[in-house]
Amino acid sequence: MHNFDFAKPSTIADAAKALAADGAQALSGGQTLIPTMKQRLAAPATLVSLTGIAEMQGVCVGDGGLHIGAATPHAVVAKEAAKHYPALADLAGGIGDPAVRSRGTIGGSIANNDPAACYPSAVLASGATVVTNKRKIAADDYFQGLFSTALEEGEFVTSVVFPIPQKAAYVKFNQPASRFALTGVFVAKFANGVRVGVTGAGNDGVFRWAEAERALSADFSASALSGLKVDPAGMNADLHGSAAYRANLVKVLTGRAVMAAG
Amino acid sequence: MPKDHGIGAPMKRREDVRFLTGRGVYTDDLALHGQAAAVFVRSTVAHGRIKSINPTKAAAMPGVLAIFTGEDFKDVGGNPAGWLINSRDGTPMREPKRPVLAHGKVRHVGDAYAAVIAETLSQAKDAAEQLADDSVIEELPAIVDMKAAVADATNRVHDEIPDNLCFDWGWIEDNRAAVDAAMKAAPHVVTLNLVNNRLVPNAMEPRASIGEYNPGTGDYKLTTTSQNPHLTRLLVAAFVLGIPENKLTVVAPDVGGGFGSKIYHYGEEALVLAAAKKLGRPVRWTAERSESFLTDAHGRDHVTKIELGCTKDGQILAIRTETLANVGAYLSNFSTATPTFLHGTLMAGPYKVPHVYVNVKTVFTNTAPVDAYRGAGRPEATFSLERVIDKMCRELNLDPFEVRRKNLLTPDQFPYTTPVGLVYDTGNYQATLDRAMAMADVAGFDKRAAASKARGKLRGMGLSTWIEACGIAPSHLVGILGSRVGLYDAATVRVNATGNLSVMVGAHSHGQGHETVFAQIVAEKLGVPESSVEIVHGDTSKIPFGMGSYGSRSLAVCGVAVTKAIDKIVAKGKKIAAHMLEASEGDITFEDGKFSVAGTDKAKTFGEIAFSAYVPHNYPLETLEPGLEETAFYDPANFTYPAGAYICEVEVDEGTGKVDVVAFHCADDFGNVMNPMVVEGQVHGGVGQGIGQALCEFTAYDENGQLLTGSYMDYPMPRAEDVPFYNVDYSCQTPCTHNPLGVKGCGEAGAIGSPPAVVNAVIDALHRGGHAHVTHIDMPVSPSRVWQAVNG
Ligand SMILES: Cc1cc2nc3c(=O)[nH]c(=O)nc-3n(C[C@H](O)[C@H](O)[C@H](O)COP(=O)(O)OP(=O)(O)OC[C@H]3O[C@@H](n4cnc5c(N)ncnc54)[C@H](O)[C@@H]3O)c2cc1C
Repeated sequence: MHNFDFAKPSTIADAAKALAADGAQALSGGQTLIPTMKQRLAAPATLVSLTGIAEMQGVCVGDGGLHIGAATPHAVVAKEAAKHYPALADLAGGIGDPAVRSRGTIGGSIANNDPAACYPSAVLASGATVVTNKRKIAADDYFQGLFSTALEEGEFVTSVVFPIPQKAAYVKFNQPASRFALTGVFVAKFANGVRVGVTGAGNDGVFRWAEAERALSADFSASALSGLKVDPAGMNADLHGSAAYRANLVKVLTGRAVMAAG
Repeated sequence: MPKDHGIGAPMKRREDVRFLTGRGVYTDDLALHGQAAAVFVRSTVAHGRIKSINPTKAAAMPGVLAIFTGEDFKDVGGNPAGWLINSRDGTPMREPKRPVLAHGKVRHVGDAYAAVIAETLSQAKDAAEQLADDSVIEELPAIVDMKAAVADATNRVHDEIPDNLCFDWGWIEDNRAAVDAAMKAAPHVVTLNLVNNRLVPNAMEPRASIGEYNPGTGDYKLTTTSQNPHLTRLLVAAFVLGIPENKLTVVAPDVGGGFGSKIYHYGEEALVLAAAKKLGRPVRWTAERSESFLTDAHGRDHVTKIELGCTKDGQILAIRTETLANVGAYLSNFSTATPTFLHGTLMAGPYKVPHVYVNVKTVFTNTAPVDAYRGAGRPEATFSLERVIDKMCRELNLDPFEVRRKNLLTPDQFPYTTPVGLVYDTGNYQATLDRAMAMADVAGFDKRAAASKARGKLRGMGLSTWIEACGIAPSHLVGILGSRVGLYDAATVRVNATGNLSVMVGAHSHGQGHETVFAQIVAEKLGVPESSVEIVHGDTSKIPFGMGSYGSRSLAVCGVAVTKAIDKIVAKGKKIAAHMLEASEGDITFEDGKFSVAGTDKAKTFGEIAFSAYVPHNYPLETLEPGLEETAFYDPANFTYPAGAYICEVEVDEGTGKVDVVAFHCADDFGNVMNPMVVEGQVHGGVGQGIGQALCEFTAYDENGQLLTGSYMDYPMPRAEDVPFYNVDYSCQTPCTHNPLGVKGCGEAGAIGSPPAVVNAVIDALHRGGHAHVTHIDMPVSPSRVWQAVNG
């Protein structure tokens, strides 16, 4: 690790100021950033911790659904979202291990937009709104491919607002080593239709499976998927699974998510 | 009622108290006055020519104390291979020099070509980065694939070795023609091509070393993560740096696992010693996890074709194997013994097989060195054999249990000389098979399979009847076969004046529980409480000698040395007692901690005798030296041969290809059991590792020799959720016939016997599920591979 300065503002406004400086970078749970720094692959001049900002913490129901502060650790979401949005709580409770869950945050996760991360599938499938220090961004506009998002220089996530579906479930198939999602599918059924968010599988990051959404909006049952095929061409391939295997997982897990959603 | 102390008692491990409360002291825990930090500059290419290393800038950076390159060590010795193997044509193996730091060429990613010593670790890292920038390494094409390596004579890992071949070994070469003829005549021949996957050892504690030098006395001290401190001392001192052994102490304090990877001497150990001498300060190095992945000696990595000739009803007539074994870029200390004498000699398994021939070609590649890893050669042999037998059963539609039973040696056939050079002293393989079948409720399988099916899963059952050879010995035989070391062990039993004991043992405990088990043996033999027995290990200045812990040898070799030393203590105690009790020595008996005159109530306690040995007021000084301390070296007459039967049940999820091990039954014959709880722990750990190899672990290098599985993001370790509750039994006991404890060794059994049981179970599940076209899946049988095999 190289040397760096450290700031811990207590308001969003102060954080915005600190992050405007040259070489400043946001630090939330540090579960991704700190290992990268230890390996000397990143060397920010200043780390601006977002975990001391009260307005970025916690889970509550408000306008438009469930509001989750960007600096809320996964373990807190797992506990506090359980009675409002069980599928989301479930997802949070299945991330990493207890140590990771007690530090890693939803803001850090969706800012990083790791193609194998869990949260992006929920944000997309819920049609959530990503709130930043500057604006509100619809989920469909927010994720822009592997590790990239709509966030601009100096912009950071302050909260995420999740509309609460009638039924939902997340089914994750672990990558055997990292236990991130080799493929994970989040299915959310709203009054006006079904949304399906798929993580881990696409070669351009998290995506919505439109055909499944159409089929499930007409008939919310696993059998509604039987005629569908996922094209391996759009899938990622690596040591742990071919594109064809991931295409298979997308379909299998979507069916299981529908069954789990009930 | 089970015993609560002494031999056979399930005593809790005394060492766990310090391990579990964070009071263990590992190498990196030591903080020494004036210590400096070493960081190695490691190759980022798999194969390259070192054109220049310019240390000017790095040397001028803050805190930098010294810089070393391969040039500094070019005139000292190399780290040698411990076993000379001759090729089939009688020529000796090729032995390229393994230098302290790479010189001329780098040969694998992670190969250290320079080292920086600085005041602090981060200063050393900064300077090492600079030094890497100021080094010019011309990248050469990498040699990764073994078949390509032997086919391409132009691209060489070592310039002087034209075909990248270390040796081409035949075992037993004289049997080759007879085996070929038997194979030809066999009514049925089964052929299986398989890969025994390369594994990274992943000890919980990474390697670490601290070098010290005392300019006043000229003494060196190396504190290091070793399973084998005396061997490390011998190698560093006599072979590499040329330090007299009496000027070097090697200490291996608490060591957090090794699985083989810490048997060997590594260049980092020599470097910290040389640097300590140069600077007159302690120099320390601790591997980061990525260094462990890149530079710890890896395990397995065989590509094998096995053929089995048999009758149509499953009588095995002949076995023939051809293996390419990867040794990586350099010969690690036991790398040549592992694929040969620890592998080929096991190829008859526990069966009566008249004809066996094993061919192993060992290949250099631009990858990390490969050496013994828990089981070392025996898991590879067992996997090949148990998989090909399973395949035979499927091809001939035979019952795998009955086929095993038909071919297993029977108790009346011991001692039995195999066609591959071992003499099995004793065993009862039918008994372990029966036991395992009862434990597994084989008859109830169909019911369980139906229940699995109702849950949408395919269930399968897999069997492996395995044997291994532990406690490699005797020295004169291994010497004839090419070993450059002896394979005895040693112990000193020191009875202190007040009757408590310090027992110095050559075996090294890095998780096995020696401190508990050895104390139980001493306590039982001398009739003293365990709490009065201290087991001392891991320090060459305290221990007479030792050959370390590996190959499940600690108890069967060093444990026996302890008992031999105790016998000497008792013999001397009898002399002292005879004098004190005014009886003749022949009339003294020793039992329950008391020396008595036979047929009388005259007796002296062990404590009284000890006291008298150190305060010899009433003592036969004319004929007997005072003091009560004895040393014994023990060189076994033969290997020991644990064996057993393992039955695994799996459930396969057809949708995802995921395999769950839902039951695992082990019926082992370890001979006499000293501490059942420790034995169970060893079996649990071994089977866990075996399941890891079978389902999860693999090591992938890309075509450029970059390690793709170089962190836990991509190297899949088995976790608690991947293993079932094990059902372990060791009630079938045929005590070893040639050691007085009757013990055989249990450390590696689990890792040897389990992988084929798991894979056989998966194939069984797929067959029952209608996927009969799947005849084999290479390990790891990961979800994607299962799915691919079924759907591909
Ligand atoms: C062992 C392990 C296992 C894991 N398993 C999983 C898993 O199964 N599923 C899964 O989804 N994830 C997993 N993770 C990732 C983890 O859950 C975190 O979500 C992730 O590391 C990022 O969150 P963080 O708060 O730690 O972010 P940090 O590491 O602090 O930051 C990550 C990046 O985001 C930026 N950043 C942080 N906060 C914000 C913000 N509010 N606005 C804008 N940018 C920001 C940082 O500058 C940095 O670039 C795992 C991580 C580990 C170490």
